[in-house]
Amino acid sequence: MSRFYAVLVAVALIAGVLIWKGSRAGASEAATSNAPPVPINAADSAFPGYVLGSDTAPVEVVEYADLQCPHCGEFSVVQFPTIREQLINTGRLRWRFRDFPLQFPWSRLSALAGQCAGEQGKFWEMADALYQAQADWGRSSRNPSSRFRDMARQIGLDGSRFDACLDSRRYEGRIEASRLQGEAKGVSGTPTFFVNGRLHDFPGGATSDAVQKVVDSVSAARH
Amino acid sequence: MRHRQAIALLSTVGFFVALYLWLYKIGVIGSLQCGTGECEYVQSSRYAWLFGQPVAVYGVAGYLVLLVVALVGLQPRFLPSRVPTRLLAALAGVGFAFTLYLTAIELFVLHAICRWCVVSAAIMTAITVVAIVALRSSSPAPRTGP
Repeated sequence: MSRFYAVLVAVALIAGVLIWKGSRAGASEAATSNAPPVPINAADSAFPGYVLGSDTAPVEVVEYADLQCPHCGEFSVVQFPTIREQLINTGRLRWRFRDFPLQFPWSRLSALAGQCAGEQGKFWEMADALYQAQADWGRSSRNPSSRFRDMARQIGLDGSRFDACLDSRRYEGRIEASRLQGEAKGVSGTPTFFVNGRLHDFPGGATSDAVQKVVDSVSAARH
Repeated sequence: MRHRQAIALLSTVGFFVALYLWLYKIGVIGSLQCGTGECEYVQSSRYAWLFGQPVAVYGVAGYLVLLVVALVGLQPRFLPSRVPTRLLAALAGVGFAFTLYLTAIELFVLHAICRWCVVSAAIMTAITVVAIVALRSSSPAPRTGP
């Protein structure tokens, strides 16, 4: 019996040490990836995100999202078209996208692709293309840069300008600034939504119906 | 006794696997050691949450309960009792059903496999098998004669 307890304790110790080492490796990896820190200038911090919808819409939803996050992709592909058609296009809702890159392998690269498309006025088209094809590039260990370049051309961007933008990584500061601003507001995962500046949790999931209800209730409260 | 010892050992390993996933989920561990690269994909999906808590929390709690019941069942006063055996079988049944649900989500909804989830599923399956064997082997012998 005592031999059994010795084995049990040994198993627990080995497992504990392995987890501790794993957490240290993760921490040092994070520290390495943060060094050198991404420089952020005033323009990066002032960038308000990409906006869809009327300036006079009574409700604004700010979405912090990661273009490689599967839950964001699911929301964008399944729910967002209805929200766009029924609420944004009708002037009832304004939607603001903010980058909140997580730690997926291509989170930052896809965010850069979005920003580089935004530079040419096609952020939403690029975001849509990235989300639609996320299951292909998002789960591959291969660098999806060439895939992003193809997408850019497919949505009608100036290919060479997009390539130069992606290579320069010039929007890294803007993306990091957005992430830090989200973090300061309490964002820890994606997608996270703010309705008229207030963090809003959708308990049953962020569906188009749930967003519609929020818009209805906020609009009703304003009248 | 051997069955309860086996379940205690398996539960200990399962506990640490679930703990590892939970620590990742709450940000203590920066990235998962995952050969396929699909662990983070699975762990960041909405199916990695249940009733507002990371699924891994239920794993940590489940394995811990199994471990405690198995250890209590190994105490001399409970060794002859069949109650811990039945309790372990019931808990293992619940854990196995939960494992089947999570594996189905991985295979048919997410189309991605998290290596650590597979390890946990294998451990829970082994616990279930051991628990069933224990239940059958400790069944009272059928009465014979008048």
